[in-house]
Amino acid sequence: MTARQQRLISVGAILLLAVAPALLSPFKITLLNFIGIYTLAVLGLVLLTGVGGMLSFGQAAFVGIAAYATAWACAIHGHSPWLGLVLAVVLVCGIAALLGAITLRLEGHFLPLSTIAWGLAIYFLFGNIDALGHFNGIGDIPPISISGVALRSSAQIFYLIWAVVIAALYLCGNLLASREGRALRALRGGRIMVESLGINSFRIKVATFVIAALLSALSGWLYAHMGRFVSPAPFDVNAGILYLLMAMVGGMEHLLGAVVGATIVTLLRNTIQDVLPLIAPGVSGQLETVVFAVLFVVLLQRARTGLLPFLLRWLPQLEPSRPISAPPMARRRQPMKGVPLLSVEGVERRFGGLLAVNDVSFELKAGEILGLIGPNGAGKSTMFNLITGVLRPDRGRIRFLDVDITRRPQREIARAGIARTFQHVKLRPKMTLLDNVLLGIYPRTRAGFLAGALRLDRAEESQARYEAIRLLQRVGLAERAFESAGTLPLGSQRLLEIARALAADPMLLVLDEPAAGLRRTEKLDLARLFENLRAQGLTVLVVEHDMDFVMGLVDRTVVMDFGSKLCEGLPTEIQADPRVQEAYLGGVV
Amino acid sequence: MDAQIAAILAIDGIATGAIYVLIGLGFVLIFAVTRVIFVPFGDIVSFTALTLASLEMRRLPGTIGLVIALAGLASLMEIVAKLRARECHLIPRTILCFLVLPLLPAAAVWLLSGAPLAMPSRIVLSLALILPIAPLLDRVAFRPIADGSILLLLIVSVAIHFALVGLGLLFFGPEGVRTQPLSDAVFEIAGLTVSAQTLLIVAASIVFSGLLFLFFDFSLTGKALQATALNRTGARLVGIRPASTGTAAYLLASALAGISGVLIGPATTIFYDSGFLIGLKAFVGAIIGAMASYPMTALGAVFVGLLESFASFWSSAFKEVIVFGLLIPVLLWRSLTLTADTDESTEE
Repeated sequence: MTARQQRLISVGAILLLAVAPALLSPFKITLLNFIGIYTLAVLGLVLLTGVGGMLSFGQAAFVGIAAYATAWACAIHGHSPWLGLVLAVVLVCGIAALLGAITLRLEGHFLPLSTIAWGLAIYFLFGNIDALGHFNGIGDIPPISISGVALRSSAQIFYLIWAVVIAALYLCGNLLASREGRALRALRGGRIMVESLGINSFRIKVATFVIAALLSALSGWLYAHMGRFVSPAPFDVNAGILYLLMAMVGGMEHLLGAVVGATIVTLLRNTIQDVLPLIAPGVSGQLETVVFAVLFVVLLQRARTGLLPFLLRWLPQLEPSRPISAPPMARRRQPMKGVPLLSVEGVERRFGGLLAVNDVSFELKAGEILGLIGPNGAGKSTMFNLITGVLRPDRGRIRFLDVDITRRPQREIARAGIARTFQHVKLRPKMTLLDNVLLGIYPRTRAGFLAGALRLDRAEESQARYEAIRLLQRVGLAERAFESAGTLPLGSQRLLEIARALAADPMLLVLDEPAAGLRRTEKLDLARLFENLRAQGLTVLVVEHDMDFVMGLVDRTVVMDFGSKLCEGLPTEIQADPRVQEAYLGGVV
Repeated sequence: MDAQIAAILAIDGIATGAIYVLIGLGFVLIFAVTRVIFVPFGDIVSFTALTLASLEMRRLPGTIGLVIALAGLASLMEIVAKLRARECHLIPRTILCFLVLPLLPAAAVWLLSGAPLAMPSRIVLSLALILPIAPLLDRVAFRPIADGSILLLLIVSVAIHFALVGLGLLFFGPEGVRTQPLSDAVFEIAGLTVSAQTLLIVAASIVFSGLLFLFFDFSLTGKALQATALNRTGARLVGIRPASTGTAAYLLASALAGISGVLIGPATTIFYDSGFLIGLKAFVGAIIGAMASYPMTALGAVFVGLLESFASFWSSAFKEVIVFGLLIPVLLWRSLTLTADTDESTEE
């Protein structure tokens, strides 16, 4: 399927929606209205939970705050619903930003639990404030009017609701394909890789949280002016759970999952309400939730990823658009050859009683390829993590271009010009090769969330895509640019990681055991890439285990053993050094 | 507020907290062993109190229907699984474990429910009837998705909670109940009147949490549970079946929930849906203990009890707002004290 065909299908779906009020009964239109309103809230949840991996039960509380804000402004103080919208959005986004700033630093299941906590607190707050009518709620909310026409009937507000839903889907879709959206998609699966690319994961989390809250605010505003009445009950934790259920039923990893989930859950609930009185007269009210719950348990046992993936399997895959030639991106000024680039001075790091790195010093000059070698447990990887900011040294200093980076966070070190790869490859297996490399370009581009959603980032984006495909060409993976990174064999994954590191246009490339686990031919590919980098004059620090591999490539070598520096020198000197032979071979030679 | 009121509130809070301790320990136990945040746990607490109340009124408790239905479903699933695995010789054992054992207390309750029973036998009967529910739910709902994500398990757990609340309304009706006090005696300690009921709650909480610690440290099953909690794959390699330790965890936790239900029954009016909030508050205690440490969970639960007691004095309307709102700073503190190093485990 081409992008053009996809656009045609979307236009067809929109046209179908446009004629729906003429074809369906008012009751069905009301159902569609509810579906639209739920879709908005669930869409936020898909972004937050499905894409970003942050689980929230509090979405309903945001819907509630918006509904109450507009109800309070319009029904009690007689303002226009549009002013209510402004109030709702400002209030919800403000509260979300505050709650996000407090709670998004929480790891693991602390975050979802905290959302239950403040979700409940907000619910009880609604029910106990005099100005908000206690648990009785607020009635007589005026309808929204657009240029003098009041949207009273369900068919009238139908167009507003679905216009908002379609706009939201479009903007979120754009966002996910943009620079910040890629970073958001990369959040799942750990922070270390994301931060190592110079991405501020916390900022992205908070922004996504606010965007999700904004979508709930729209949902709440429409809800209040459609039903013209608000009470606390529809915004309790159960509602938050219902939204989560919709997202899971539809499929968490795709924006359209929100539409599918909201539709199925709403229709199913409605059907159960219709059918149950016929089967079990008298007790149908009580049985409703039971049947509903049991159906969901069965559904989730059978289809864990939701229904959308099943539906999408029947559709042809969307053909990716290949990057086209674009003006080259601005590059960093590389330091003069021979200038001291990185200096490690008396660095020490302990883990409890173990002295992993003990008073190690060395220097790296621009344009040089330095090998850091040593037997297992010598402290090479710890040294590596100290340089890249994953760990902080207990003592000593690390300077990069005369700037002290000893206590800087990972992402600042990355932005200063040190790009790295990982010993255990860290890619995003479900993202394409191209997207993985584009992640590396993140610090060189600027487009924010708004620019991404509104597609104002096109020029920059095409430059970045062209740069990414050229890097893939350089490592020989351009033909597979649109495959998932997880399908690559290990050797190619390592090359992809190097392409991603090069995408940051670094001054220093640090590679953590790039040859580990590679086959012979893969090692040859890697060696060829090294020659290529050397010809370009890039400075490289390579931590390696494989002596044969590393000795032919590096200019100079530092040898570590039991946490201390054993010696340093030219590869030939090192190989002849009896101390090194002793460390590696136990002194037999 | 003077010292007198503060003391009364503190005693009240400690009693409530003591009940939360038992429930919170159960939460942690189930989560650690099975990775399930067992939301219906609070419902088990309220169902115990409601079952006890039915027996007091010499009525047949609705819980029987639930147990029979679950036992039937679980044994059906288990028999089908055994047939598919061609392990027909195991079927009699399956029927014994999943059908006969759970139905024994149900039969006893059915026979005895009309008769005038002494309080201890009523309590024992209620506990026996409640015990099989959680393990059977585990078999029916969780075992088919045991390898799923925590989120999936959590959502299923929430769905089961809704199912149980709906059934609770069907079985027990909308009326609230208060069970007969376990003791009417009242003591005077340092100028304060303390009811024997309160002392009993605190004592029971200390005794049963103490027994739990002993169980973990000195019994082989306890050690198997700990092993599964620490490392499922490792436990399997040394011959521990996560499925059986899961059942053991559910049974043990249900016992704690049942005891809490018996203790809370005379103190608070319990409705069919009261369990959720009780469970949630106990859960808050468990979160303070980071879902891992049993002693911290106990402390956290007492803290929540005290908080609730004082909050209801300051403003009974905003009691819940205060309790759940205060959780946020607590969580923040927990996350700051448990920083970093957790990242690698979530890295793909």
